Amino acid sequence: MNVDSEQIVTVDHLSKIFKVGFWGRRVTAVDELSLDVRRGEIYGFLGPNGAGKTTTIKMLMGLIYPSRGTARLFGRPVGDQAAKAKVGFLPESPYFYDYLTSREFLRFYGHLFGLLGATLDKRIDELLELVGMTHARDLQLRKFSKGMLQRVGIAQALINDPELVILDEPMSGLDPIGRKEVRDLIVRLKESGKTVMFSSHILHDAELLCDRVAMIMKGKLVACGQVSELIDHGTTQEVEMVVDRLSPEGIEELRPLAIKTLLHGERVMAIFGSQRQVDEALDVLRVHKAKLVSLIPHKASLEDLFIRKAQGVQQVVEVHA
Amino acid sequence: MKVLSIAFNTFRENLRDKLLYNLLIFALLMIGSSLVLMRLTLGEFHRLILDIGLGSINFFGVLIAIFVGIGLVSKEIEKKTIYTIISKPVARFQFLLGKYVGLSLTLLINTAVMACGLLAVLSMQDVPIHAVLFKALIMIVVEFMVITAVALLFSTFSSATFSAIFTLALYVIGHLTPDLKAFGEKMGGVGKTILEGMYYILPNLDRFNLKGHVTHQLDVSTGDLLAIGAYGMAYTTFLLTLASIVFQRRDFR
Repeated sequence: MNVDSEQIVTVDHLSKIFKVGFWGRRVTAVDELSLDVRRGEIYGFLGPNGAGKTTTIKMLMGLIYPSRGTARLFGRPVGDQAAKAKVGFLPESPYFYDYLTSREFLRFYGHLFGLLGATLDKRIDELLELVGMTHARDLQLRKFSKGMLQRVGIAQALINDPELVILDEPMSGLDPIGRKEVRDLIVRLKESGKTVMFSSHILHDAELLCDRVAMIMKGKLVACGQVSELIDHGTTQEVEMVVDRLSPEGIEELRPLAIKTLLHGERVMAIFGSQRQVDEALDVLRVHKAKLVSLIPHKASLEDLFIRKAQGVQQVVEVHA
Repeated sequence: MKVLSIAFNTFRENLRDKLLYNLLIFALLMIGSSLVLMRLTLGEFHRLILDIGLGSINFFGVLIAIFVGIGLVSKEIEKKTIYTIISKPVARFQFLLGKYVGLSLTLLINTAVMACGLLAVLSMQDVPIHAVLFKALIMIVVEFMVITAVALLFSTFSSATFSAIFTLALYVIGHLTPDLKAFGEKMGGVGKTILEGMYYILPNLDRFNLKGHVTHQLDVSTGDLLAIGAYGMAYTTFLLTLASIVFQRRDFR
């Protein structure tokens, strides 16, 4: 098979068109999407709500058939049983069989992979320990909070010790502690040699975790690559300066250099778009004998890129409309 | 293995459903009520017990087959529980078959419990028990299996409410198919072709009804029994294949 062994998820010009409503109006949920996930990395699949993340993931898991294009897992077409055996999947806001206890629930999923007896019981205990749910192992899922459901959901995704773990919005609906725990878990999975692909609209999480990300909007890929690369290339770094006791003349000199200036009594806050402007502003301060209170570079984030891309998409849509 | 796991899980789901127990208790009360009704009838009370007993077993079993059956797949899709199953190395037809076997097992055990209730009433009243009673009970189970398959087929592509309506309609028509044929013959022309077509396509559920044989103590030969059983199995296989084809093409949105 002529497939790069490093690429374990390959998506090639994938499209999904849904027919909605009585008249079968066609809505493009995913549009010519191409991406790849490589072995051992944490891959973030980002985009606003309704961008087509879940639809793409469902196509990878064989829950939805693509309208066009192909998707492969481990070089095999999606839906292939051998490929599915190496994947763990947590759906978005998971609903499970709530009449089962955690243990019965995990045992059921273990059976679907052909796991049995003592091996399975041991695996279940390990997983409940891993997700911190040992105390609730004999409790029915109907009594669980959302965070607890998410945890057993992750445990069921790991029951087969998968090589690839696909998590759809694993952090949504969790409190800050829960989110941190999920983040830690994802890092631990990577450390144990697994590949993790997760979707999220919470960019902060992705920035902390991901080796590479893909950003989609309205079903189209708008950015893709390493987080550091995307931030450096895609955004300008801003610097915020706070100054006291600057004379009115000084303020007038400062104003054209800055992107934005704000006055609060004696205090001036200015934002600069480049290092050259900051240097010139510092010269102005020296000349006017003002006092520099702080100089803080605003670290560019995925969020800036995201908002910029979202505005771009919006403009394109408006032009077409 | 996978089919059995899904079947067992479905069975467990049914066992933890209150609806099942409510229906079962009602059925047992109905069977028991024949003891009271018997006192209001003159003679022929053996027939009355058997009629009410078998009728109750049939009626409540059909209710379970329809109302649990229509939710077998549609509920899994609605509650999104199906996502975690289909994403595992489980073929879609295996899922469907597992759900089907699970409910069939529930119905089998239910029928056994209701039959025990009936046998208890019969022995209390010293009603002679003939082999044909057991044959009738087996045929009732075969009918449940066909109806479950019908409910399952509808539940693969329509909502629970529509599935219930369609399955109930088919259950009623299924008991009237000989009338369809007779009516067609009277109509003649295109009407005859359509009604005869329906007669052959729709399940002839009345074939499974041996209640008359039980009350009149008419035995059914093993050959006949096998033929009816084979018809039920063939029809079930046909329905399940059709359900698998529909289900295989579905998107789970």
